[in-house]
Amino acid sequence: MTTSPPVAPPTPDQVLARARALRRQLSGGFREEAVKSLYAEAERVAKRAVSHDGNTRALDLDQRVDHLVTSPWFGLPIMLVLLAVVFWLTIAGANVPSAMLAQALFWFEDQAAGAFDAVGVPWWITGFLWHGVYRGLAWVVSVMLPPMAIFFPLFTIFEDLGYLPRVAFNLDFLFRRAGAHGKQALTMAMGFGCNAAGVIATRIIDSPRERLVAILTNNFVPCNGRFPTLIMLGTIFVGASFAPAFASIAAAAAVVGVVVLGIIFTLLMSWLLSRTILRGEASAFTLELPPYRRPNIGRIFYTSLIDRTLFVLWRAMWTAAPAGAAIWLLANIYWGDMSLAAITAAWLDPLGRAIGLDGIILLAYVIAIPANEIVVPTLVMAYMGAGMMTEMEGLDDLRRLLVDQQGWTLLTAVNLMLFSLLHNPCATTIVTIYKETLSAKWATVGALLPLGTAFLVCFLTATVARAFGWGV
Amino acid sequence: MSGHDCEACPVASELAPMGMEVGGIDRVIALAGNPNTGKSTLFNALTGLRQHTGNWPGKTVTRAEGGFAYDHVRYKIVDLPGTYSLLSASQDEEVARDFILFGQPHAVIVVTDAGALERNLNLALQVLEITDRVVVAVNLMDEARRKGITVDARSLARDLGVPVIPIVARTGEGLHALLTAVAGVSSGEVQTSPLRVTGTPEFEHAVHELMTQIEAAAPGVPNSRWLAIRLLDGDARVEDALRTGELAQLVSRQQQRDVRFSSQIALQGAQ
Repeated sequence: MTTSPPVAPPTPDQVLARARALRRQLSGGFREEAVKSLYAEAERVAKRAVSHDGNTRALDLDQRVDHLVTSPWFGLPIMLVLLAVVFWLTIAGANVPSAMLAQALFWFEDQAAGAFDAVGVPWWITGFLWHGVYRGLAWVVSVMLPPMAIFFPLFTIFEDLGYLPRVAFNLDFLFRRAGAHGKQALTMAMGFGCNAAGVIATRIIDSPRERLVAILTNNFVPCNGRFPTLIMLGTIFVGASFAPAFASIAAAAAVVGVVVLGIIFTLLMSWLLSRTILRGEASAFTLELPPYRRPNIGRIFYTSLIDRTLFVLWRAMWTAAPAGAAIWLLANIYWGDMSLAAITAAWLDPLGRAIGLDGIILLAYVIAIPANEIVVPTLVMAYMGAGMMTEMEGLDDLRRLLVDQQGWTLLTAVNLMLFSLLHNPCATTIVTIYKETLSAKWATVGALLPLGTAFLVCFLTATVARAFGWGV
Repeated sequence: MSGHDCEACPVASELAPMGMEVGGIDRVIALAGNPNTGKSTLFNALTGLRQHTGNWPGKTVTRAEGGFAYDHVRYKIVDLPGTYSLLSASQDEEVARDFILFGQPHAVIVVTDAGALERNLNLALQVLEITDRVVVAVNLMDEARRKGITVDARSLARDLGVPVIPIVARTGEGLHALLTAVAGVSSGEVQTSPLRVTGTPEFEHAVHELMTQIEAAAPGVPNSRWLAIRLLDGDARVEDALRTGELAQLVSRQQQRDVRFSSQIALQGAQ
């Protein structure tokens, strides 16, 4: 080499200037040349070390399965059928344990409250602790635990099997047409587990524009915190209108319908964003279809029950206890002759009615901002807190409470499902969006875009339904 | 006894998983590799942790950390996001590259898929450009065998100039040999001579000139060749590191071998 070391060490800027000068001297394609020689080297080394024999049967089976599950005709239908089976197993399996858990936990509430009364504890302490905090916890556990304990292991089996990349493969052309990245199908799939996790998973998307699209639209697939709400509504409103033998199938079909609607909204919103504030073309990418692997049963149970089910349940309980306390206080502190809950609900009622819901439902959503899991428990406690119902055991009682006493109609149920699907993400997800984008602006958009969509869609549904005289 | 020939020995005889207990660490090991090659499975096998291992590319987007002890040496192991290359600017690639360069691990295990070795070697070669303390683990040997693929580890080791160990992370096959190689490379007892891809004469000339400049500006910096190539390429991250003095700090850090870490990062990887 001819260069002699400089007398004084060069400053960083001098080094950078030199690098720029040298780069200009090099022929234009040196980057491609460097990458090409790297690939050539890898090929040479691999060729020398790897040999194949004729045994390709295992490979053939993988390929045959892939041929079927990623075929243009059968790929999407197979996906929907698998989804329906997962929900059906969840709904059919969770019903009985849910009712048993509710019975046991609420029996304990009565016993404990009775014992408190017997030893002369003031009524407001008993009420606050047992009918407020404890009831919130009991609701969350009995409504959420059984479906999660079934849904998560099933989801994890598909994940470990290697099915998720096939889903991404099937949906890729739709996302590309929406101007979004094909890998968004993967982050969307993670969103079914937890939207905050889905938002973090968008790091696999290279282009900042497409990543933002994926972040802002992740909320349009229902996370598992919202599944119990959807499953409950599907069971007591859709399922109950069918013969018992078909009830859980109909309920599962309703939930699948909501999920498909969520995917449609994801694509629609991605398309809108790509045409407006996040204008740009979809970038190409290579998606690897990993070999199918036999899931490890022990790990599936560990991951889905400890990492996921208990993690989510624990978080839900932490937010349910204060929510239970808040709703009890709102229902038991009186201003004049009305409780605070009744006053707030009455104030929210016109807005709620306009979008086919009511004031109590909106109040429940406001209280449930920290975690979507607790919407239904909060809702029921708000209705019950007004002294309208004292016994609550299982879904039949719930149906009686909502339909017979609160005047819910099919429109209310449909709109609540829509609202639950579309409304703003929980606080954790909003914070995660902020952390991932480091921008208050995008976190705000991430919260308001779904919320605005939810109000708009519910308003349109309610208006159209009423115009035709359905379910008023 | 601990030798490569003892394939059947239970690894547990010398391997002590330490979970997230990463206090009093002697050495730091990084796990790099393409997506879906079983890095997280290997991570779990070594640490006894249960980092979720999904069968889809891109599962690990943050770094997960854990600890294990082998042969009385305590290791911290960092599971990096799976990437196909270290050249582009997506966030997971940057996490991986930054850690290999700025985290200064004592050794990097590049986990490769025996069934897709050629593509996997692209990344291995890129890691070899950054550091010579590398052990290549050829994982998923069972799947490869099922597909009728055989991998000659010795030929690979000769060509790459670093230890190459065939393993099946899921069953623990080959972990013993892998850990022995990691112990040797991370302590510096095993000297490697990594394969480095050379370019055209004019390119090499430019690289050498820039290397001299970098070494003068930040004496003792590790791998000035790689830095020179990155600067020629116009890599913004490396340019920033030079401008802000991060590279100079690397030197002093390497001298002190002061390794700090936070167990918080391990928690981030837990979901």
